[in-house]
Formats: sequence, structure tokens, C-alpha cells
Amino acid sequence: MRVLTGILRELAGLFVDDGWLAIAILGVVALAAVVAALTPAGSLAAGVVLVCGLLAVLLINVRAAATR
Amino acid sequence: MIWTTAAPAIVTAFVSSLVEAVEALTIVLAVATVRGWRPAGLGAIAGLALLAAIVLALGPLLNAIPLQALQLLIGVLLLLFGMRWLRKAILRAAGVIALHDETRAFAHETSELREKALRLEERLDWLAGITSFKAVVLEGLEVVFIVIAVGAAHGLLVPASIGAIAACLLVTAVGFFIHRPLARVPENTLKFAVGVMLSAFGLFWTGEGIGVAWPGADLAILGFAALFLIVGLLASALARRPSAEALP
Repeated sequence: MRVLTGILRELAGLFVDDGWLAIAILGVVALAAVVAALTPAGSLAAGVVLVCGLLAVLLINVRAAATR
Repeated sequence: MIWTTAAPAIVTAFVSSLVEAVEALTIVLAVATVRGWRPAGLGAIAGLALLAAIVLALGPLLNAIPLQALQLLIGVLLLLFGMRWLRKAILRAAGVIALHDETRAFAHETSELREKALRLEERLDWLAGITSFKAVVLEGLEVVFIVIAVGAAHGLLVPASIGAIAACLLVTAVGFFIHRPLARVPENTLKFAVGVMLSAFGLFWTGEGIGVAWPGADLAILGFAALFLIVGLLASALARRPSAEALP
């Protein structure tokens, strides 16, 4: 049972290590989904939000971790 | 099969599986050193059997999910997984956190098992087998996830699986002959590269999942990889501590 719990905990850890990073990624995806729903089909606005948002999240998160 | 998509999927599956297989091999070797090949081998085989069962169970489930929902689900999971790898690799390259050291991991695992041997002699074979099993399952689950993630949404499960199996066989063969952890593998550089590729795939699938029509279709993955690489190197340079080793 302890082995199974350990495996499940490590499995969750594969996707969430730094909670702030995970929340920020999900936030950018949610924002892009809203933009995609509000703009006409074929528009690149949601893609731009996704690309710029994720790259910014990575840069900000690394900077924050380095100064901690 | 479109090679612009297949080649990155195969290379990503191969390189990421190489990293995971090296980590699993370190622990299996530590178990074999302390308690012999029997519990180490049996634990590893049991772990591989569980992984095979998971793959067989997941296959039909994936076919039941509508493509766009599958792309979104896999895309988001890949972003969480890939950007976590990339962040860690950047911080390691910058010297903010310590590099993963297979020799140290081997020594730690060996001394932990030896300590258990003094206390739990009669149950040690069982504990050694469980340690080996857990290492193979945990590292193997990452391989299974990566293969499914880069292969499932574009019909590339077979090429991605071939890349992963080739890496596992290569590491097993090398480990079998040298009987030592593969400490010379440039693990952080590989993890940096895999983090870049997984994040690029994640961005592509997430976009497809919410209805974005990427310019250049599949070729956009390579563009995203270039962007993640540039930002990753920039972030590493900005976060660098004086003692850090530069990425080759």
C-alpha cells in the first residue's frame, strides 16, 4: 500500500513540481481558450496568447526561482 | 507518416527514454550490487510487466476520446510535464539547483540498501525487489507518458514506441556490460533538449485542442522548439550563478 501511495505521489509530481508554474500554465491555457471562443474561427489571437504567455511564464518563473 | 512530425516524435521519445532508462538502471544496479541480480532482475521484470499492462489498458481508452479533446488533454499534460523538465534543466544549468549525479545516486541507493540489510536481513530480497520494481515503474511511467503524448494525437505511437524501446535496449545493453551507473551521459543537456521538445509539442497540441490553426501546420512544432530553446538559454543566462557550468 505504501509503495502504491509512493508511486501515485511521484506520478502527481511528474506534472506539478512548482505549484506556481502549474497554475500559471493552466491560467495561460484558460485565457487562450477564452480568446479562441471570442474570436472568429481561424484567428491566430489565441495562438499568440498561448505562445507569448507560456514563454513569459517560463522566463518569470526561472527568474523568481533564481532570486529566491 | 509525415517526417516533419515523425522525426521530432521519434527523437524526443528516444532521448527522453534514454534519460529515464539511465536513472532506472542506476537503482537496479545498486540493488544488484547489494543483493544480487535475482531480486534486481525480478523487480525490474515485474515493473516492465506492469508498464506493459498499463499500455495495453490505455490503448483502447485513447481511441474512445474525441481527437480534439485528446489533443487538449495531452497538450496541457505535456506543457505541465515538459515545462517542469525545462525549468529544472535551466535552473541546474544556471547553478541554482545541483546537477543530478548518477554516481551519487548509486552510492546513496547502495548505502540505504546496506543499512536495511543490517536491520531486515530476512526480508531484504523482498525489499530489494520492490526497490527495483518501483524504479522501473516510476521511470517507465514517464517513458509511457512521453510516448503516448508525442505519438497518440498524430498516429505516431509506433514510431515513438520504437524510439523509446531502442533507448531502453541501448541503456540496458551498456549497463549490462559495464556494470556501473552511466555517469558520463550529459543528463542535464539531454533533459534541457527534451524539455524544449515536450514543451513545443504541448504548445502545438494545446493550440490545436482549442481550435488554433497554426501557420505551417506540423512545421510549427519546430518553430516552437526554437522559441523555447532561445527563451530557455536566455533564462539560464539571466539566472546563472558564478559556479554554474555552461550548457554545451
